[in-house]
Amino acid sequence: MSLLSIHDVSYSYPGRPAALTGMTATVTRPEVIAIAGPNGAGKSTLLDILAGQKAPTSGSCRIQGEEIQSMDRKDLCRRVAHIPQTIPADVPFTMEEVILTGRIPYGRGLYENEDDMAAMEEAIRSARLDTFRGRPFSGLSGGEKQRVLVAAALCQQSKILLLDEPGAHLDPENEAQLWELLTDLRDSGHLVLVVTHHLALAAQNANRIWLLDGGRLVADAGPLEAMRPDALEHVFHVPFHWHQSAEGRVFLTYGR
Amino acid sequence: MFRSIGTKARKEGYSSRMAVDFRRRVLRVLILSLLAAIVTATVCPFIGGPGMDYEKLWRREAPDWNIFVNLRMPRTLLALLTGAALSGAGAMFQALLRDPLATPSNLGVSAAASLGAVAAIAFSKGDDTMFPIVWFAALVGAAAVIILVAALGALRKFSSFTLLLSGIAFNGICLSLILLMHSLAGITKSFQITHWLMGGIDAVEYPILLVLAISILPVCVWMLRLSRTLNVISYGETWATGRGVDCRKVTWQGFAAGALLVGGTTAITGPIAFVGLIVPHLLRRVVGPDYRLLMPASIFGGGAFLVVCDTISRSILSPVEIPVGVTTALLGGPFFVWLLWSR
Repeated sequence: MSLLSIHDVSYSYPGRPAALTGMTATVTRPEVIAIAGPNGAGKSTLLDILAGQKAPTSGSCRIQGEEIQSMDRKDLCRRVAHIPQTIPADVPFTMEEVILTGRIPYGRGLYENEDDMAAMEEAIRSARLDTFRGRPFSGLSGGEKQRVLVAAALCQQSKILLLDEPGAHLDPENEAQLWELLTDLRDSGHLVLVVTHHLALAAQNANRIWLLDGGRLVADAGPLEAMRPDALEHVFHVPFHWHQSAEGRVFLTYGR
Repeated sequence: MFRSIGTKARKEGYSSRMAVDFRRRVLRVLILSLLAAIVTATVCPFIGGPGMDYEKLWRREAPDWNIFVNLRMPRTLLALLTGAALSGAGAMFQALLRDPLATPSNLGVSAAASLGAVAAIAFSKGDDTMFPIVWFAALVGAAAVIILVAALGALRKFSSFTLLLSGIAFNGICLSLILLMHSLAGITKSFQITHWLMGGIDAVEYPILLVLAISILPVCVWMLRLSRTLNVISYGETWATGRGVDCRKVTWQGFAAGALLVGGTTAITGPIAFVGLIVPHLLRRVVGPDYRLLMPASIFGGGAFLVVCDTISRSILSPVEIPVGVTTALLGGPFFVWLLWSR
């Protein structure tokens, strides 16, 4: 049984051309999949559909064999944690309280229990947020906020993580740490889908790339194959180059 | 290695302390706000107004005993229930609309209830309109809004912002129809309409209070149980949906519940301004933004607030009574302005 299967999924916003057309892909094992493509290629739409935020116009998405649309919301959120690009910056809660929202899919009562607090501790540790305890969310920097949101998703203890441009506000150190965390999560059995414009980092860290263009999946393969310079140039309209350093590291650059 | 064990123990201590502290705070807020409601409801019937002969009251003699039992007590209870309903609904709307300036009247419920009541006064035959008819008409007006909201929620996708704007538009329509009827009414009716629109806590019969309590208290309990969900809804719809909350369902259920609270009380008291706005805001500054603290504080604190306002209303110019809507608006208006300018 596949972990995630997307079959012929299309989505169109009312009165506009299709944002996603005939997307088909299957994931059978824990991976880090980077979803890349120009603005408006349908990356966030795909993530929203997998998170149950939007219902596909046609086609079906299954998680561990179960159709997303017919799943109970809380059940879906115990399996899939979605982090949108932003949440309101003035949320008047502390960083711990934001992280604990990840426990809502598990909770029936009004209060967090021991398990919830243990999951929060684990998430704080994994996201290296120990020094921010008790800080109000609104007082954190953009990058710190992003890390708190990632921690909230970890606190949700879902096997599938959907991240929408988590690196957008991060400095190089934090972004490197984020990718390290994502690959660690893969190694501990998570499926991580991450929308990103940072192709070089995606190429280094992801083991699979979904390249989207105009709502269509144009490549689904490992970084070296999916990110062939000609394919990337066709999609992004700038030349790309693969390089190899003296130590044998492979990296990607772009621009004229 | 020892260091890591020590760190772990410290962290676990920290998080369990956090949970215990929070439960203590909830209990403290619950007890304090409940106490405020009980104390005001116990003390206020005895004070203010033209003064009471406490010896006669103690001996259960007329007229003071009758005034106390048939006028002051039901009035206090009505103020308690109305304040709790308006303030609780206000706190809920502020979360659902993610707007600190949202109040129950934004939905148009109180305007619709007023429209129903004013229509009943204007179109009735006699000069002295019977109370149950006005109450029933006001309820019909409020119910119309509830049905409209429920239909909107069931028919198509909408945002809370769309609902807010529709409510404001609906509010305007109702107010202009009230104005129209008012301008066409005779002098006696016009006085009655004006009096109703001013809003006021009047003594009502105990069976009516019972009906009101039975319809309001379950909704209040429902709102208390919703408080953790209200917290996550204030993070925005996307985040809440990603944490397993069915935002659309909660939004329209919340609007229907709020309409019931506001419609049910407004039908009896007439429109009472600002309770739903100032009480949750003042309490937010005291207990913080967590609805598990804010909701009980708003419900009990709102009740206490309106009991106090009503006591001021019947005492400050005694023996003349001023409508409680005037007292709340005179307290609430300046606060509203301050809130706008300090944001």
